Amino acid sequence: MTGATQKKAPGIDPGVLVIAALLLVAGAVIVWSAWSAPAAGGYARIGPTAAPWAVGSALLLLGAATAVSAFRNSFPEREPQSFPPMLWIVGGLAAQMLLIKPLGFSVATGLLFAATARAFGGGPLWMTIPAGIVFAFLVWIAFSWGLNLNLPAGPLERLL
Amino acid sequence: METLALLGQGLLTAMEPVNLLYAFIGVTLGTAVGVLPGIGPALTVALLLPATYKLDPAGSLIMFAGIYYGGMYGGSTTSILLNTPGESASVVTALEGNKMAKAGRGGPALATAAIGSFVAGLIATLGLAFLAPWVVKFALSFGPAEYFALMVLAFVTVSAAFGDSTLRGLTSLFIGLALGLVGIDQQTGQARLSFGVPDLLDGIEVTTVAVAMFAVGETLSMASATHRLAEKVEAVKGSVWMTLDDWKRSWKAWLRGTFIGFPIGAMPAGGADIASFLSYAAEKNLTKHPQEFGKGAIEGVAGPEAANNASAAGTLVPLLTLGLPTTATAAIMLAGFQQFGLQPGPLLFITSKDLVWGLIASLLVANFMLLVLNLPLIGIWVRLLTIPRPWLYGGILVFATLGTIGANPSPFELGLLLAFGLMGYFLRRYGYPIAPVIVGLILGPMAEQQLRRALAISQGDPSILAGSAISITILLLALFMFLLPIVLRARGRGKVLAQLASDTD
Repeated sequence: MTGATQKKAPGIDPGVLVIAALLLVAGAVIVWSAWSAPAAGGYARIGPTAAPWAVGSALLLLGAATAVSAFRNSFPEREPQSFPPMLWIVGGLAAQMLLIKPLGFSVATGLLFAATARAFGGGPLWMTIPAGIVFAFLVWIAFSWGLNLNLPAGPLERLL
Repeated sequence: METLALLGQGLLTAMEPVNLLYAFIGVTLGTAVGVLPGIGPALTVALLLPATYKLDPAGSLIMFAGIYYGGMYGGSTTSILLNTPGESASVVTALEGNKMAKAGRGGPALATAAIGSFVAGLIATLGLAFLAPWVVKFALSFGPAEYFALMVLAFVTVSAAFGDSTLRGLTSLFIGLALGLVGIDQQTGQARLSFGVPDLLDGIEVTTVAVAMFAVGETLSMASATHRLAEKVEAVKGSVWMTLDDWKRSWKAWLRGTFIGFPIGAMPAGGADIASFLSYAAEKNLTKHPQEFGKGAIEGVAGPEAANNASAAGTLVPLLTLGLPTTATAAIMLAGFQQFGLQPGPLLFITSKDLVWGLIASLLVANFMLLVLNLPLIGIWVRLLTIPRPWLYGGILVFATLGTIGANPSPFELGLLLAFGLMGYFLRRYGYPIAPVIVGLILGPMAEQQLRRALAISQGDPSILAGSAISITILLLALFMFLLPIVLRARGRGKVLAQLASDTD
């Protein structure tokens, strides 16, 4: 999964090969879980493990077919991507996930807002972070009071 | 005539002030999200699901249906003025509509789209009202085997039939089916694929996956795109009103679009994007002004816009009468029904008659509201297009996480959101369709249940699955829908199918 342009030339498509590997692993895990589960033995002969068997086997087949595609390099061309904006967004989501319990909804979500704005080339962080926190705080008020939604409160929300 | 009486009863429900308010909120939100590039009706309904836990079921469902219809209207504005479709069903509209706007005929383009959507919405909603009772009568005789066959057909049409690759469509579908396995098995209580994580015992929420793939995945794609399209909003110059000639050229296209769109939506044959594409092709072949196509032919806006609205109404036929979602939005609306303990299907028409007919009638009301919102008030929506990208996407992610936290306030759920968001990004990047994941996730467990019920009835004899004329017909149809695209691709018609790729709706 590199950011470089994939030329439509004969060769192996490494990104697709990774997808094939992931499908094979997922298929194997699902089949293994069905195989190792205790036999429930329903009278219908089709218990809780039948569907995992089917889905897992299908994923194994699809993984194999995807691997063939990777060697044939038959996937559509991909546009080049730039990674810093992605990292800002992923970082913002991770920060929100980690901080929502200790700091509450508004601060954690305000940081996510600022990080996303940054990914799209928005204003400086000293401006977007406070703006995001104020915005998220207003959203918190609207949804937890207006719609009785149970949103995590932090020091800021407890001021009210 | 019984239908008219029921519809009249429904209108009384729909005209209650509270329900009018819900319908109004729905169509307004729907138009807004249709206009905003990057968020579609599927995402909006998913975001609103947790916010409506405590509301009344009829009102919430009326609101969701309003969003679905509104999204179909609003998408055309973006296509015409910005050349960036607001949702996938409006891709075709951009072909002629944006050319018209550049030539200073943006007003008539918006008008023919809005009036065409209205005409189509009206006819197709009446079509839904008259077709539904008939399908319900038929469906009351269905047993588990027939339902299983129907679900197989839905799986095939949503994943394999259209799009540019059967392999990628099926892979998306099976990813959804695999996610649907997680959690406690409903019949035996055995935990499956939860790896000892208590949060996974209840299964993976459809809304979390939908929000992650549509909001987070889409935002990641947009942020990392290196060359963005030059986005220039065309100003609406001159008159919004259509000339007599515009009317003459539009009305047939509206009707043709409606009659193409409604059946495609009503049969589990794919989403609104397919309908709008076929309508465009039909208009191009039938037009008396072939020289204008590609340069701003009004038929090329009128037909597809009518078709995508008609097909949105058509999608509600299998959803309401059989409980069978055939698009991502319909799949999330099904989750909405289930949230209120309602199971769409023939029995719903008996047990919750008022609710169903109130919902259908409210679609007629919503349609009138949308005509007003989208013609005289079009200027307000155009302004939405000028929101700077950083604020827009920042806001989208705030509401995306809000919906997830509202449903389950735990960091674990946010972790799932991030993980599925990344998955959605890579699926998109490698050309995998998203809709089959969502449909597989919600329909997979239902299909498994029907299969096990059928086999329990037959005491394990699999021949029951093809034991009636109905199930044999449906299974043969599924086989045909599976083989048709493979044959077409082998004959070098794959390009057409690629353009039909079902994406967001």
